[in-house]
Amino acid sequence: MTSRRFDHALLLAGFLAIWQVLHWAAGADVVSSPWATIARAVELLGAPAFWGHVRATLAAFALASVISIAGGIALGLWLGLRHFAGDVADPILGTLYSIPKITLYPIILLMFGLGVSAKVAFGVIHGVFPIAIFTMNAVRNVAPVFRRTALVMRLSPVTTAATVMAPAALPEILAGIRVGVALTLLGTLIGELFAATSGLGFALIRAMDVHAVVDILAITLLLFCFAACVNASLRLVERRARHGG
Amino acid sequence: MAAKFSGRISLRGVTKVFPGHDGHPDVHALGPVDLDIAAGEFVSVVGPSGCGKSTLLDVLSGLAAATAGTATFDEKPLVGQVPDGIGAVFQQDASFFWLNVWDNVAFGLRRRGVSAGEVARRVDQALAFMGLAGFARAYPAQLSGGMRQRVCIARTLVLEPKVLLLDEPFGALDQQTRLLMGDELLRIWRETGATVVLITHALDEAAMLSDRVAVMSARPGRFIDIVTTCWPRTRDSRIVSDERFGAVTARLWEKLREESLRAMGVAGPSENTKS
Repeated sequence: MTSRRFDHALLLAGFLAIWQVLHWAAGADVVSSPWATIARAVELLGAPAFWGHVRATLAAFALASVISIAGGIALGLWLGLRHFAGDVADPILGTLYSIPKITLYPIILLMFGLGVSAKVAFGVIHGVFPIAIFTMNAVRNVAPVFRRTALVMRLSPVTTAATVMAPAALPEILAGIRVGVALTLLGTLIGELFAATSGLGFALIRAMDVHAVVDILAITLLLFCFAACVNASLRLVERRARHGG
Repeated sequence: MAAKFSGRISLRGVTKVFPGHDGHPDVHALGPVDLDIAAGEFVSVVGPSGCGKSTLLDVLSGLAAATAGTATFDEKPLVGQVPDGIGAVFQQDASFFWLNVWDNVAFGLRRRGVSAGEVARRVDQALAFMGLAGFARAYPAQLSGGMRQRVCIARTLVLEPKVLLLDEPFGALDQQTRLLMGDELLRIWRETGATVVLITHALDEAAMLSDRVAVMSARPGRFIDIVTTCWPRTRDSRIVSDERFGAVTARLWEKLREESLRAMGVAGPSENTKS
């Protein structure tokens, strides 16, 4: 445990050192120093205007995540349980997952207009497919011996689904949610970068317009911390489902 | 006490053919086989890989219906649904990783609507019986393969089956653990009075544990010999140093050697499988 903490501290120190070196090498008008950036980040956290952007992003991100998770799980369960539908959908989902979704953004904007719904839609198209793919595979890959065990115990199909198949598939579904939620955040922010009137992505692009390097990096740092916290908490939930406890 | 008088299995001309699809021919996996297993008997089935041992277990448990012939459990036909009174332990780890040991063992009882007090009594008893009492709160991920297999056995035993079917349950374990688990199995068999059918590829395991050993041919699996061991009911793994043990394993191997070669495609005409 302590050695793990030491590793984390070492990683952080290395990260800050590289950042500082980049700052020296590239100059303050390209990369602000770690210290100046952290100071600016703390300052932003005290500013009400900044929290307005945070609220706008969080609202869009939360809504997009809920839709991605619900839609992805529903789609993945259906495809995982119906073998034929799954076989047909597998390559389609894989393609949808791998196409650069930024190319769809003009269409999204035409469909949803400028504003929160376009951000949400863009977040959802990033998040829904990985969750569907993970869920489909989770259902398909439940060890056959669990199903056989349920049959020998004479469980009904409903009981089998609820007490054996669902908990057996849960860790993989949670892994999909972790990946999907991270991509939903990415999609939401990209949406804000290009067409929004509020949100952290919008704040970022405005800082770029006025070449406020320290603002850009401060916002990026805060987003990074937020994404890392979301990822870490989901990973914790996933680990519990995988190993019990 | 019921186990003394029930737990009989009878196979008459049991055959299993898996229908081919996409232009592939049918696969004749098993039989016809005839076998009568008495209540409280310990019978092992050995055979070369792919000879239909697991298919036989599926028919015995009721997981799969025979294509032809009849299989009965206490005079009731087995027709593709598992009847009450049959328990099975598989080679693959089937412990539920999301439940701790205690909840794993309690799982089947709870699904049957047994009262909480009765569940607690029977689970604690089964854990003590299988040497798992100290691990009640542990999760499968924290246990060795042998311990997880004990959990699966305890989870099956707690339901008090009249027939215990074991499909290579020790296949993934190391040799010492296998021998000790064999002793456990003999103790379970003696103390519960259950009928035990063990599918295995290990001749020494079959010879050491069983009242009778059925030797299967290469696919389609048929019984080519049934060897009676005449061991006392109180036997344990030390029977391997008995001089008669060598004779039993020698006879099993003699029968099996030719079949294993045939199954590997080394000798003999065996193309009757794909017609």
